[in-house]
Amino acid sequence: MTTTTPELVLEARGLVKRYGHVVALDETDFEIRQGEVLAVIGDNGAGKSSLVQCLAGAVQPDEGELLIGGQQVTLKSPVEARHRGIETVFQSLAVSPALDIASNIFLGRELRMPGIAGTVFRRLDKKRMREESLAVMSQLGLQTLQNIGQSVESLSGGQRQGVAVARAAAFGSKVVILDEPTAALGVKESGRVVKLIQDIKARGIPVILISHNMPQIFEVADRIHIQRLGKRVALVDTADIDMADAVAVMVGAKTPAELGLAR
Amino acid sequence: MNERAPELAAAAAGPAGAAPPANPSKTGLVEIEQGGPLTPIQWIERKMLSRPLIGPLAVLVIATIVFSIVSPNFGTLQNFSLILQQVQVIAMLGIAQTLVILTAGIDLSVAAVMLLSQVAMGKFAVSLGLPVELALVLGILVGVACGAINGLVVTRLNIPPFIATLGTLSIFYALNIFISDGESVPYADVPPLFNWLGTGFQVLGTTFTYGQVLTLAMFLLFAYILRSTAWGTHIYAVGDNIEAARLTGIRVDRVLMSVYVVAGLIIGLTAWLLIGRIGSISPTAGVGYNLASITAVVIGGTSLFGGRGRIMGTLLGALIVGVFSSGLSLAGFDSLWQEFTIGLLIIGAVAVDQRLRKIGR
Repeated sequence: MTTTTPELVLEARGLVKRYGHVVALDETDFEIRQGEVLAVIGDNGAGKSSLVQCLAGAVQPDEGELLIGGQQVTLKSPVEARHRGIETVFQSLAVSPALDIASNIFLGRELRMPGIAGTVFRRLDKKRMREESLAVMSQLGLQTLQNIGQSVESLSGGQRQGVAVARAAAFGSKVVILDEPTAALGVKESGRVVKLIQDIKARGIPVILISHNMPQIFEVADRIHIQRLGKRVALVDTADIDMADAVAVMVGAKTPAELGLAR
Repeated sequence: MNERAPELAAAAAGPAGAAPPANPSKTGLVEIEQGGPLTPIQWIERKMLSRPLIGPLAVLVIATIVFSIVSPNFGTLQNFSLILQQVQVIAMLGIAQTLVILTAGIDLSVAAVMLLSQVAMGKFAVSLGLPVELALVLGILVGVACGAINGLVVTRLNIPPFIATLGTLSIFYALNIFISDGESVPYADVPPLFNWLGTGFQVLGTTFTYGQVLTLAMFLLFAYILRSTAWGTHIYAVGDNIEAARLTGIRVDRVLMSVYVVAGLIIGLTAWLLIGRIGSISPTAGVGYNLASITAVVIGGTSLFGGRGRIMGTLLGALIVGVFSSGLSLAGFDSLWQEFTIGLLIIGAVAVDQRLRKIGR
C-alpha cells in the first residue's frame, strides 16, 4: 500500500462507485506526484471515467477516501474541486462559444474593477482579464491568437482546447485533469495538445491525462496508471514498460506480475 | 472552412518527446484564423458575427432613407417621436424578452404580466384607495412576483420556458380579467402619476415623453449590465452552453431565476408606461404585445437559441417595426402590408441567424 508522502498532490484510496448493479470502481487506488504527467489508461468500462469524475468532483464515490496534499477531503461538486485546486478540462471542453476568450477563461470567477466601479456598479475589469488571459495563453505558447477578445466559436478545435487548458492552468491550480483531450481532434491538433501538456508541466503543475492515444501517452507521460475492471492493476514508470505490454495489461492479456511489475 | 496555417503542421511534426520550450515565444505556434482570402459574403458574415448590430442597423438606416424619399412627411422629428411612442411599450417588453431569450428561453407571458400589473395598480389606487405612489410600487411588485413564478416553474419544476410561460400566460391573463372584472378604468379616474410617463416636454417644437426617456434609459442600463457585469456574462453563458456554464461553477438556476425576476420588474415598469401611453387602464389593452416583443428581439438579431444577441438590437428591432409601419402607411399602403413585411423581416432575421450559427460551430 502507498503511504502518504508530501509529494503526493492528489491521492485516492479504496474508491468504490456503484451504479445500480454495475460496479464502476471496485476499491481503486490512485496517486499523482508533484510535477509529473500521469496517464490513466483502461479499456472501455474499466472505470476511467468514473475515477476521473470522482477526482474532479463531478460524482461522489460511495466508499473510499480522497486526499489532497495528504489531507482528507470530500468533493461535492466540480466547483469545490476547483476551489481546492483541481482543474478539469472536460471532454466537452465546457467552453461558451459565443463568449470571447478572456470571458471564457474567467467564466464563473470574473474580476471586477477596483473601487466604486466594481463594488457599486459591478463593472468587470475586462482589461485586466484580457491581460491576464493573454499572459497565461502566452506562457502556453498560444499567444499568437489574433485577438484575446475574439469569440471562441471563431477558433479551431485545437485552439478551443487551448482556451480550456489555459483556463485550467490560469488559476495556479494544484493539478490539471485532461479528459480525452485529443479525442475530437485531428492529427495536427493532437500534436499541439502534447505541447500544451508539456508546457503545463513546465509550469510545475502535475497533469492527469486520460487518453486512448498510446503514442501520445508514451510521448508525454512520466508514469502510467492502468485501470482494469474497476481497479488499478498497475502503476508503472513509462520507461519500464512498452506500448504492447501496456495494452496487454490493460485488456487483461498479461498480468502485471508476468511482466515483473511491482504492483 | 478555414485553412490551418502550415506552421502548425510543422510544429505538430516536430520531434517527439522534445523538451518543453524554455521560451514559448520563440517556438510559439503561429496560427492564423483566416487562411485564405475571404469572399465578400464571407467577409460580411464574419463582420456580422463579431458585430451583430450591423444587420439590423443597416435595415433601419436603409428603410429610413427609402421612406424619407417616398414620403416627405416621414423624415421629420415629429414623426420620429411618434414612431418612438408607438414602439416604446414593445421595446420595453423587448428588454425583458431579450434577457429571457438570451438564456435560451422565451417568455410568452410578458403582455399578460403587464396587464395584470397595470390592472393591479388601478385596483390598489382607484378601488382600494391606497396612496398612488404605494399603488404604483405594489403594481410593479406584482410584475416581479409574476416573474418569480415563471422562474420557479422553469427552474424548480424543470418545465421548458415555452410551456411554462404558455401556462402562466393563461393564468395571469385570467387573473387580470378577474381582478378588473373585465372593466377599464377610464382616463378621468386614472391618477396623474400613472399617466406621468405619457406626458413630456418640447424639443425643437416636437413633444417627447418621459416614457420615451425611460425606455431609452432602460436600454442603456441593460446594455451596460449585459456587457460589463458578471451577471450579464453569465446570462450569455447559460444560454450559450448550459452544461459548460454549470461545469465552470455558474449557479445556473440562480441565473435563470434572477433573469425571470428582473424581467418581471421591467414588465412592471412597462405597465406604468402602457397606462401613460393609452391614458386609461384597460385589461385588454395589449394582448398582441407578446408576439410583438418577440418580433422586436428576433429582428434585432438576437438568436432564439440563446447566448447570442445584443440588447440594443432589440431597440433597433422595435424601431424597424415602427419605421416600416409608419413608412408603409404614409406611403399609402394598406396596413395588411405592414404585417406582411414584418413577417418577411422575421424570416429574414432568423435565416441570417441560422447561417451565422453554422459558421460559429
